[in-house]
Amino acid sequence: MTRRIASFLVPLAVALGITALLLIVAGAPPLEALGLIGEGAFGDTTRIADTLTAWIPLGMAAAGLVVTFRAGLWNIGVEGQIIAGAIAASAVSRSAPGGPAIVIPLLLLAGVLGGALWGWLAGILRVKGRVNEIFGGIGLGFVAQSFATYLVIGPWKRAGVASTSGTEPFREETWLPTIGDTRLSWVGLTLLVIALVGVGFMLGRTRFGLRLRAVGSNPASARLLGVPANATLYWAFLWGGGLAGLAGGLLVAGLQHKLVPAIAGGRGFLAVLVVLLARNRVAFVAPIALFFAAISVGSSQLQLRLDLDSSLGAVIQGVLVLAAVLYAGWQARRVLVKRLAASAEATV
Amino acid sequence: MDATFASIIAAAAPLVYAAVGEAITERAGIVNLSLDGSILLSAMTGFAVAFTTGRVGLGFAAAAGVSALVALLVAWSGISLRLNQVAVGFVLTLLAAAVASYQGEGFVHQPGPSVTPRPIPVLADIPVVGRALFGQNLSVYGSLLLVAAAGWFLARSRPGLSLRAVGERPEVAHARGINVNRYRYLAALVGGALVGVGGAAFSLDQKLGWSDGHTAGFGWIALAIVIFGGWQPLRVALGCYLFGALQVVALRLQSRIPGLAQILPSIPFPLMIFALLLVNSAGLRRLLARSHRVSRWLLPEAPAALGRNFVP
Repeated sequence: MTRRIASFLVPLAVALGITALLLIVAGAPPLEALGLIGEGAFGDTTRIADTLTAWIPLGMAAAGLVVTFRAGLWNIGVEGQIIAGAIAASAVSRSAPGGPAIVIPLLLLAGVLGGALWGWLAGILRVKGRVNEIFGGIGLGFVAQSFATYLVIGPWKRAGVASTSGTEPFREETWLPTIGDTRLSWVGLTLLVIALVGVGFMLGRTRFGLRLRAVGSNPASARLLGVPANATLYWAFLWGGGLAGLAGGLLVAGLQHKLVPAIAGGRGFLAVLVVLLARNRVAFVAPIALFFAAISVGSSQLQLRLDLDSSLGAVIQGVLVLAAVLYAGWQARRVLVKRLAASAEATV
Repeated sequence: MDATFASIIAAAAPLVYAAVGEAITERAGIVNLSLDGSILLSAMTGFAVAFTTGRVGLGFAAAAGVSALVALLVAWSGISLRLNQVAVGFVLTLLAAAVASYQGEGFVHQPGPSVTPRPIPVLADIPVVGRALFGQNLSVYGSLLLVAAAGWFLARSRPGLSLRAVGERPEVAHARGINVNRYRYLAALVGGALVGVGGAAFSLDQKLGWSDGHTAGFGWIALAIVIFGGWQPLRVALGCYLFGALQVVALRLQSRIPGLAQILPSIPFPLMIFALLLVNSAGLRRLLARSHRVSRWLLPEAPAALGRNFVP
């Protein structure tokens, strides 16, 4: 237990130390800066709502990633799957008639399907073409990104002007209803909770979860035991892509209300960091995604109040995950060395 | 026409450094996935150092150093901590990009120093290839020399043979008395430094200055070109020139086809995926099975021990 607590606290201390060092070098008071991040994330109702709003797509994409990681797949294409979901949701927002009760479920479903399609393509490349999912995913991500840019400056451009700042806002019936005058939406929050609990249940309690783990830890013996390895990989990609696509749909309907080229904005990559830090456990994904969302939202305060670049938040997140990964490796190494020494003594 | 050739060779130079550097690293069995972040970080560092000191050479050196450091971290975590190189590389991709954008804030859109052109008299006047090969600057000459040197080193030299052995069959190399992990550290350092030179070649020569996300995407493109080029320096360079040609053509067509510049970065990936599909297609393999030489040339395989940590 102490080891588990240490495996989170030591990297956190390292990350805070390095951040403090960076702040001192920049001539800023470290404690005040960290306080500002906290205040920027949780200072008042609007900020808490903003943090929760940022938590929704990040947590959703991370939940999907847990499924693919469990199957041993490095689904770095998640960024592209978010974009694909956003494009599909935008297509529905633009064209589908009807009130919110019809359009919103439709556009979110379209998001799921768009993301799942993009994930499935990475799966085909991996299974049929033996193209590593890292490169297939990154490649499909570039394609999705270009396609979004093309739509924004081409067929879906605003009347008269073609600019990369985005399409015309979609009609208000396609916007997620918000709580009070914040940007937070019950729909998104509920869907996130369902997704996290659902993925947790699926991985821990169903046969499919067991199959994922078998394929992920040892594909060859899984195949020998009769686990349909390829089908399992496809389903993992469909799940991961579908949840990422839902995140894309929620970004369109809940935050931007239009399609912008940078709709994913690095959230997919950040979700990979969340899952690495959570060591691929759904139970940890929820709080860590919230923590990361808080850092992202809170660090915008640094720019306003201390004239520090808000990318400091991304530095903190990166250092934290790097420290955690390296510390875990170092700890595993120490245990291994101890065990080897013990067994050497035993044989003597 | 001469001018077009010259601009393609120049435009591809940064990518040549990065992709050939990564090819050397991967040939030894280490995969440094951090390229996209490393290039950003070294482009920023190179520009910042050259801007502050006024010396371009110092900028290149600092860029090489910082990128070698990132590569060292990847190698160390794999070799000493036995961590997954892909995981560490990916985290470093994002971290290096974040550090670049944080530390580079004061240098955004500043006019700064750049590499001076140094055409070689007489040789630069040779028709067709003269300007492309001899009418450039030191950064571009270096990229051309690197391709030749790396090609010779890997294919013909004794240490190059050992390096390949380390990437293909580390156990065998170890049994023959080669220090596997020392080779891997060296390959990671040299490859990382070259990636850094590539970053500086962006900010000090091809895409002058610094802005947020200045070279974004080029690292992934370099990684794709390494695969496309089958881990062989000459073919990797060919891939870079192909991409350079695409860039130059896109730049000229941009006034007629709006948005081409935004779509350009995605072009190498469908090409690479297509190449990989071709390489892995059973039909083509069967067709080429008769001639080993042709199939080895057309269908290169990844180094067998790529990304696998070796425990002596």
